[in-house]
Amino acid sequence: MIDKTVNQRAWFLVLPVVVLVAFNALIPLMTVVNYSVQETFGNNVFFFEGVKWFEQILNSERFHASLLRQLSFTGIILLIEIPLGVAIALSMPKKGPWVSVCLVLMALPLLIPWNVVGAMWNIFALPDIGLLGRMINGMGFDYNFTQQPLAAWFTTVLMDVWHWTSLVVLLAYAGLSSIPDAYYQAARIDGASAWSVFRFIQLPKMKRVLTIAVLLRFMDSFMIYTEPFVLTGGGPGNTTTFLSIDLVKIALGQFDLGPAAAMSLIYFLIILVLSWIFYTLMMRNEEQ
Amino acid sequence: MAKITLDQVRHSYLDHPESPDDWALKELDVVWSDGGAYALLGPSGCGKTTLLNVISGLLQPSHGRVLFDDRDVTNVPSEHREIAQVFQFPVVYDTMTVFDNLAFPLRNRGIPEAQVKSRVEEIARMLDLEAALGNRASGLTADGKQKISLGRGLVRSDVNVIMFDEPLTVIDPHLKWQLRSKLKELQQEVGATMIYVTHDQTEALTFADKVVVMLEGQVVQIGTPEELFDKPGHTFVGHFIGSPGMNLLPCEIVDGFPSFLGHKVDIAQAVDVPADATRMEIGVRPEFLHFDSKGLPVDIVRVDDVGRYRIVEVNHKSHAIKLVTPENVPIPEDKGHLAFDLTKTHVYADGWIIN
Repeated sequence: MIDKTVNQRAWFLVLPVVVLVAFNALIPLMTVVNYSVQETFGNNVFFFEGVKWFEQILNSERFHASLLRQLSFTGIILLIEIPLGVAIALSMPKKGPWVSVCLVLMALPLLIPWNVVGAMWNIFALPDIGLLGRMINGMGFDYNFTQQPLAAWFTTVLMDVWHWTSLVVLLAYAGLSSIPDAYYQAARIDGASAWSVFRFIQLPKMKRVLTIAVLLRFMDSFMIYTEPFVLTGGGPGNTTTFLSIDLVKIALGQFDLGPAAAMSLIYFLIILVLSWIFYTLMMRNEEQ
Repeated sequence: MAKITLDQVRHSYLDHPESPDDWALKELDVVWSDGGAYALLGPSGCGKTTLLNVISGLLQPSHGRVLFDDRDVTNVPSEHREIAQVFQFPVVYDTMTVFDNLAFPLRNRGIPEAQVKSRVEEIARMLDLEAALGNRASGLTADGKQKISLGRGLVRSDVNVIMFDEPLTVIDPHLKWQLRSKLKELQQEVGATMIYVTHDQTEALTFADKVVVMLEGQVVQIGTPEELFDKPGHTFVGHFIGSPGMNLLPCEIVDGFPSFLGHKVDIAQAVDVPADATRMEIGVRPEFLHFDSKGLPVDIVRVDDVGRYRIVEVNHKSHAIKLVTPENVPIPEDKGHLAFDLTKTHVYADGWIIN
């Protein structure tokens, strides 16, 4: 047996953190859990309902539809933003005065508030007065994102790519600049092709930052609310109603606190599980 | 295999070099003979790596030509020069196995897989990497990784020269010695020309048949370790190689013989002083001085016993001089007289030896 000095007073030192975390995460979360198992008709009177709301949400076609829309949206933007971000990072200059110019240009979209991005793109894409809308129609396409589901999706995806590819670029660029010159020199001497250099040097060295990029983009896009809300308001119809927009409609539009709370918890669990799956998959090789 | 000739090579990293200091390499004319083991020795920032990169083609010299045998390769890119280079920090392709790492340069050149396999196995045997062939390269220790970098150079049978840019910097001291003797062994086995860059004189002297000493972008001397020791071509070589370094005593030349503060020092041959010389010095290694009944009168300041020999510090009119004496030779108390070894005492004008 090892004799340790037992002094439980040390716990007092972590108390401030416990209080902070409690007020900022645990208590609000428990309120949601509380709502999710109860029914109310106002006047602050609640009835216990068990897992009824969970069953209702999980069996609701409306939830299935918005979950599917959400998954498709996140999938599409990841498939575009990650390769595009890497490609842009690869073509950026490695040294010289243009580096800072490129970095600032890249960082600009990230500095714009979300609702401003939504408003910008709303006007930009309007078929009658917006530059983009006029241009697309001018090229002979019938384009009106306020009425056509496909056009609405196209605009939402384009807006997200414009707003967030920079994040992937900056992360990938950071990963690339951490590769010592000796790797490129050795590869040249070994006679490696440009593709081999990418496949065997750049990609492996970017793996960690790309994991972070995928996780961040996954979580952010899965919770996307402001931009599509301002751009399309979830329409036309329900075609761009993603999970968070749907959730707000249920919670604040219909004021169904119970189902909304249950949906929040399911939503939260989905993000948690999918993030864990992404992380495990991408880090799997690291441990071998 | 090839003889490598540097013909009036100069290089500057600036677009418009003006002063001599702007040149990283100042006018080099060096011939590296086929199959030689060379060490490139010099302090940090003297242009060693620049020179290496010029030979490997990673850098285009601002001026001059690089010849492999009689072929002018100045404008040939690295991948077509058939050279190998091992860098200061090990470069391995993390996602590949050790086998694939070693096979990489061969596969890139479209060599048939059967030949790749036999060649890789042969090199792995030389480097004691056989057991690790199937492992991922990223899991290896620093010296294992450096062996892979080295192996990728050796695996090609057609390399003209293998260059090492301070390859043992990141290796543990006890493995350093092992790897260094392995390199020497390989050099004799493979017979390739090797150039080994280092700032460590022990490394240079154990590895090389010939040592090239560089200072401020210039080659100051090329010679065998013995030559560098017995007859340093430049005062820098004198104090950079050997421990303690060469004694340098200011002198003036009287009738072709140096005189140190009025005391005439005998040398093998009378010297001619170059007309533009501003600074004359006598250079003599501590090993080539001994106590005698007559000679330069000195005060003994301190004696350090370092095991097999003793280092004695003496003063002559406040000029410190060091000498190395064997254990069994008696050292006079307080005062004594120093004798200079006739053939190993040299005269330097502005740092350069006068023959």
